[in-house]
Amino acid sequence: MALEIRKPGLLTTIQDLGRPGYFHLGIPIGGAMDRLSLRAANRLVGNPEDAACLEAVFMGPELVVTEDTLLAVTGGEMPVKLDGAEVPTWTSFAAKKGQVLSFGYLTDGARIYIAVAGGIATEPMLGSRATYAIGALGGVDGRAVAAGDVLPVGDGAGTPGRTVPEALRRRPGRPAELRVLPGLYWHRITEASQKAFFDDEWSVAPEADRMGYRFRGGRPLEFVEREQPFGAGSDPSNIVDGCYPYGSIQVPGGTEPIVLHRDAVSGGGYFMIGAVISADMDLIGQLQPNVPVRFQRVDMDAALKARAERTAVLDEIRAATA
Amino acid sequence: MKTRYSHGGDEHIFVEMDEEMSLDAFFKSLSMTNALREAKIDGVTEICPANASCQVKFDPDVIAPDAMLEELKKLEDVAEAAEKRMTTRIVEVPVFYQDPWTHETLMRFRERHQDPSGTDLDYAAKINGFDNAEGFIAAHHANPWFVSMVGFVSGLPFLYQLVERERQLQVPKYLRPRTDTPKQTVGYGGCFSCIYSVRGAGGYQMFGITPMTIFDPKQEVSYLRDFMVFFRPGDIVKFSPIDRDEYDRILKEVEAGTYTPKIAEVDFDLEAFNADIAGTNAKLMEALDGA
Repeated sequence: MALEIRKPGLLTTIQDLGRPGYFHLGIPIGGAMDRLSLRAANRLVGNPEDAACLEAVFMGPELVVTEDTLLAVTGGEMPVKLDGAEVPTWTSFAAKKGQVLSFGYLTDGARIYIAVAGGIATEPMLGSRATYAIGALGGVDGRAVAAGDVLPVGDGAGTPGRTVPEALRRRPGRPAELRVLPGLYWHRITEASQKAFFDDEWSVAPEADRMGYRFRGGRPLEFVEREQPFGAGSDPSNIVDGCYPYGSIQVPGGTEPIVLHRDAVSGGGYFMIGAVISADMDLIGQLQPNVPVRFQRVDMDAALKARAERTAVLDEIRAATA
Repeated sequence: MKTRYSHGGDEHIFVEMDEEMSLDAFFKSLSMTNALREAKIDGVTEICPANASCQVKFDPDVIAPDAMLEELKKLEDVAEAAEKRMTTRIVEVPVFYQDPWTHETLMRFRERHQDPSGTDLDYAAKINGFDNAEGFIAAHHANPWFVSMVGFVSGLPFLYQLVERERQLQVPKYLRPRTDTPKQTVGYGGCFSCIYSVRGAGGYQMFGITPMTIFDPKQEVSYLRDFMVFFRPGDIVKFSPIDRDEYDRILKEVEAGTYTPKIAEVDFDLEAFNADIAGTNAKLMEALDGA
């Protein structure tokens, strides 16, 4: 069994739940930007939740299945077509040998996840099949899928017609709200800027990818004056190069915040004002450029409560797809 | 040195040993991450030492963020008391300064630089009080460097120069980061040199390029068969200037699998280094020359 790629879409990559344990060497965890959607897609086709799927951003690929199989598409909303006939999203469906899977235009969100029973079975590197193009790890020879690729698929079996109820499909609102725990170098900006950051409406900049999402439109941040520490560099937004958390918000020059995502650089010399909480990281993966965003200040208790709520949703999806 | 702890969202804790760079801060950070690794705390998934700080990533469903913070604070005394010495290696890294590839790239991104009329090296020489680029280059490879962090992308080493603070070279990062940097560029930002392990974005000034591969995901390069990343924190590096012919020769050797980096095992003791920098460096160089 294999998937033959006819058209790759804009940027379609093999992703799973990533490769933890190498961030200290600058190799990020990677894996699906929207992990809940990848887990759901896998459950729908009877796979382990961490099996490898295709993640397609903004535009779907076109592919042929080489044997009878079971597929499911989750994540952003994009019409799914089997030999041209539309099939439901967030629902498993059978595909016959030789049938063509294609997609219409994206109507909501940014990324879709295509799961196939058995999971994509390319060679894992450092414990994962996730594509990390910068380091040429995972994927197809370290890269995104291309026309003509034949992706091997493992053995699997599942039931068509399994579905994730509408209420459990999480989407960003408008404006999207991203909850932030202030910290790290939060003390480097003035109180007025601390307030402005949360008061202002931002929008997703065109520079938004698996490494990080850039935002613009809010007021520039003002720094508390200080003599720059030795080794940091002369700009007030510089620090002695240190580690970057996933979800951390750096603001080079104080102007455009960048939230680091799954393919994050592991460190660098820009100060950070805090981090997006773990419960909201999946949402970022579903943001398109130019959509309005508000950052919402939360404390640790609220962050942990949000995390528990997200786990509860996953448990409901598990129950619905059992 | 004042240690500062901060949560980084609900899954990370960031520990800043000191705001400014020093080898004391580096050793404290390394000791803390070593102690943390040995403590084998359930739920910890990533332990990352950096130049003067470190970071731990954990699963808050296994260990609560505040409990993780308490565990880290307990380790601070251990880190403080740890010996600031290590057995490590010194590695010779050949560098082709003022090479055509970084030159082409820096000209392409001139509008993002502090001095659009010159080159990165001319600018670095000027602001560090050298008459010309050649003087700066000589200072850049005169003394060994210490790998004080590995990261950014795929095994990129940050290097700290083993000289008195008043002799440290310092240059700012680009005003706006570039979207391109040739693979194996030798860069500079703040007080750190770096070697870009892969092609990609970057904000450090560009001085030259090394033919020595330092990251190989396919693990075909002879000296990267055991692991794809060459550098680790604590490695000591001596840059050695080479010309175009030697660059081409070494590049061919790396590709043919016949290149072996010049490496010697050495001990590094921070107290001894601080007491006699020139003497310590001379011993390091002696070890390398004997390799």
